[in-house]
Amino acid sequence: MDLVSAVLDGILLGGLYALFGAGLSLIFGVMRLVNIAHGDLIVLSAFIALVLTAHLGVHPLVSLVLVVPLMTLLGYGLQRGVFNRTLGDDILPPLLASFGVSVFLQNALLKIFSADSQRLHAGNLETLRVDLPGGMAVGVLPCLMFFVAVFVICGLQLLLYHTQLGRAFRSISDDQETAQLMGINNAHLFGLAMALSLAIVSIAGVFLGIRTNFDPSIGPTRLIFAFEAIIIGGLGNLWGTLVGGVILGVAQTLGARINPGYQILAGHIVFLTILTLRPQGFFQRTR
Amino acid sequence: MTQSNLLETRRLVAFYGDFQALFGIDFRIERDETVAMIGSNGAGKSTFLKSIIGLVRAEAEAIYFDGEAIGGDSAYRIVSRGVSMVPEGRRLFPSLSVEENLSIGAYSKRKGPWNLEAVYTIFPMLKERRRAAAMALSGGQQQMAAIGRALMANPKLLLCDEISLGLAPVIIKEIYAHLERVSANGTSLIVVEQDIKQALAIADRVYCLREGRVALEGRPSDLTREQITEAYFGI
Repeated sequence: MDLVSAVLDGILLGGLYALFGAGLSLIFGVMRLVNIAHGDLIVLSAFIALVLTAHLGVHPLVSLVLVVPLMTLLGYGLQRGVFNRTLGDDILPPLLASFGVSVFLQNALLKIFSADSQRLHAGNLETLRVDLPGGMAVGVLPCLMFFVAVFVICGLQLLLYHTQLGRAFRSISDDQETAQLMGINNAHLFGLAMALSLAIVSIAGVFLGIRTNFDPSIGPTRLIFAFEAIIIGGLGNLWGTLVGGVILGVAQTLGARINPGYQILAGHIVFLTILTLRPQGFFQRTR
Repeated sequence: MTQSNLLETRRLVAFYGDFQALFGIDFRIERDETVAMIGSNGAGKSTFLKSIIGLVRAEAEAIYFDGEAIGGDSAYRIVSRGVSMVPEGRRLFPSLSVEENLSIGAYSKRKGPWNLEAVYTIFPMLKERRRAAAMALSGGQQQMAAIGRALMANPKLLLCDEISLGLAPVIIKEIYAHLERVSANGTSLIVVEQDIKQALAIADRVYCLREGRVALEGRPSDLTREQITEAYFGI
């Protein structure tokens, strides 16, 4: 039963990792940009929510009403103002630029908030549990995280495969030059893709801040979890990213059951094993 | 620029880095006209089309479309003005189905007679395979899809870059028959071709490029075989 409970917790944790990965996957898919600052932007969202909850006295989930639009606008501005200037045939300049943004964010957050651990307090939501058959119980918050992840991925799938904007994203992903011949303004679409990515990042950041302590330095490890979820699931497949997140989450919770110190290591070991045996991930790129 | 000219280039030059590909091209096409551009490999034909559509940078005053200077404009702006291109090699989007490829052609939302049903009317085979992956089509079918996609932008001027490349003669004949219907619907065409016979058959006027310069220009009926050979090969 303890094992089943660990697996269940891992599945629900996978929702958070899927949220980490979905935004990163979108950016890489559309513009082949590996955003090294992705994890730090997740942490930035948590800090923005912290400020809003402290000053406005609102619940962290209510703060999303402001955090999401703020991060969306930041995403568009960051892409148009910084990353678009680096995009070209060489993959190195955008990588270096995102690394620079990562360093800047970490140091700016350190300067403003210090290195102290912070937490977003969600009141009863943090401890509410639902009883399941067999004497098990699951947290309401992890369930909410998971269902929000599924909802976000459904929304992304609908956008990418049933709207003209989604077709434009996929066209640019296939062939940037020919996409221009369709009348697509690539610079603007890249901005929209980053805006959408950071909207997802902001949701992930608030959930992260409720679930665990955070500080300016934890961004890079969130980036690694995002990568792992994408690679396990298969590049270019959003449902694969959800499955990848779940596999990672289950690996971590089972590792923690053996020994709390093994949690992160267990996730990395499973990731490396899958990468060795099936480097293309479990799911093919969705056409 | 005269009123009847839909597009005009004046001393158009083009560079790829330090390499100059076009050396002062003067060109014009009137409304409802079909103009062919012929020339050997490397003559600058595709570069010429790319300069018009904005993929290769041009001086602002070097290209006029419908009375306005468009040189240096971004490709998406030029498309929204009414120029569309069927690129060399078709370049359909592999991630999109046939119908999705056609639909993305309408991204600029220009109004006009071309929509999915109109494209399916001239290319009925595309409707049968509309849910198939674009790359699952044969070469000729892909070329029809690429033309259909370009038409979805409702262009006043359609640029066709080597649409016969890699296709069987019977398919080429079929495609050019469709293009004549497109032209009859009021769309001006610039057709870049290595197939001289086909180019001369469809065009009202012909330009021959050699080494980035206009070597010959005229009506097919006015040009002799010797003139074309000399302009094409430089011998």
